[in-house]
Amino acid sequence: MNSTHQDRQDRQVHQPGNFAEFGAGARDTIPMMVGAAPFGVIFGTLAATGPLHAWSVQFMSLAVFAGSAQFIALGLIAGHASFAVIWATTFIVNLRHVLYSATLAPYVAHLPARWRWTLGAFMTDEVFAVSYAHYQRRAPGETGPYYFLGSGVSMYVNWQIWTVAGLLFGSAFPGLQSKGLDFAMVATFIAIIVPQLVALRFVAAALAAGVLSFAWNDWPYKLGLLAAVVVGVAVGMLLSMRAKNSTDSTQGRAQSPKQRPVEMERAK
Amino acid sequence: MKYALLILGMAVITYGIRSAVFVFGERLSFPPIVRMALNFVPVTVLTAIIVPMTFAPHGGAAELTWRNSQLVAAVVAVVVCAVTRKPLLTIAVSLAVFFAWQMIV
Repeated sequence: MNSTHQDRQDRQVHQPGNFAEFGAGARDTIPMMVGAAPFGVIFGTLAATGPLHAWSVQFMSLAVFAGSAQFIALGLIAGHASFAVIWATTFIVNLRHVLYSATLAPYVAHLPARWRWTLGAFMTDEVFAVSYAHYQRRAPGETGPYYFLGSGVSMYVNWQIWTVAGLLFGSAFPGLQSKGLDFAMVATFIAIIVPQLVALRFVAAALAAGVLSFAWNDWPYKLGLLAAVVVGVAVGMLLSMRAKNSTDSTQGRAQSPKQRPVEMERAK
Repeated sequence: MKYALLILGMAVITYGIRSAVFVFGERLSFPPIVRMALNFVPVTVLTAIIVPMTFAPHGGAAELTWRNSQLVAAVVAVVVCAVTRKPLLTIAVSLAVFFAWQMIV
C-alpha cells in the first residue's frame, strides 16, 4: 500500500480540519458519555467491593474498555468461574464489534495501517453509533480518522473517570455489596435486555438461556452459563429461520420442515 | 496478581475482535448465519447471568416469594423498562424499590 502518498493526501484534505473533526466527534458523543456515566460508576462501585484490587479494576477499564464484558467478568469472578470461561464469554459478548467494524470498514480502508490498528481499540457500541451516523453521510474514501478518534477518545476518557468515581464511592461505603448492590448489575442488565426484546424470537432466546442457566447453575466453572447461551442462541436462530421460511416459501410450505435441520447443521 | 493475566487476556481478545476487520480488511467475511447468531448473543448472555442471581440470590433453590427483594425489584425493572424504554429511570426506580423492599421485608 502506498501509505506515504495516501498519508500526504490525507493531510492535504484533512489537516485544516483535523482538530475540528476531532472536536465534532467528541461533541456528538456527549449524550453517549452521559448515558455511560452511571454504568461506569456502578461498575467501579461493584468492583471496589469485590475481590479485585482497585488498580486491577482501573486496569480493566483502561485495557479492556468494554462495559458489558467488564460487568460480566465481575459477575463471573464473583461466581468463581475459570479464566477460560471468562475469556470465552468476553469473546462471545464482544463478537458484535466485528459487525460494527465490518460496517465501518469502507470508511477506514483507505487510511494508513497505523490508523487502522489504532481506531479499532476505541470501537464500542456508542462510538460505532456516533461515528456511523457521521460517516454514513459521506463518501467512503473521503473520510478522515479524526472524527472517529474524537468520539473514541472522549468515550475512553469518560469511562476512566466514572470508573474512578465508582471506585472511590465503593471504597467509601464498603457495606454496599452486603446490602445488595449487586442488584444494580441486575437492573443495569435488564435496562439493556428489555429494549432488545423486539420480537418473539428474542424473548424465546432469552427465556431459554435464562431458564437453562438457572437449571445448570451448579456446573463447574460456570460452564452451564455458556451452554445455556448456546442453546438460547440456537432457539433464536431456529425461530428466525422458521419466520424466514414461512415468508419465503408461499408454495413450498411442506418442504420447509425438512430444510430446517440442514440449515442448523450448517450453523455449527 | 493473577487477575492481571485475566484482564490482559480479556484486553487482547477484545482488541483482536475490534481490530481484525480494520486491519485485515476484505479477507474476512461474515456469512448471514453468523450475523443471525450474533443478534441473539447480548440478550442470551445477559439473561443467563441475571436469572440465577435474581431467582436464587442466596444460591441453592429458587426463592419464588414476595420476600425475595431481588425478584420483586427485577420484575419492577422489566415493567418500567418495557413501558418507558429509559435505562436510567429503570435502574433508579428498581434500585429504590429494591432497597425499600429490603427494609420492609
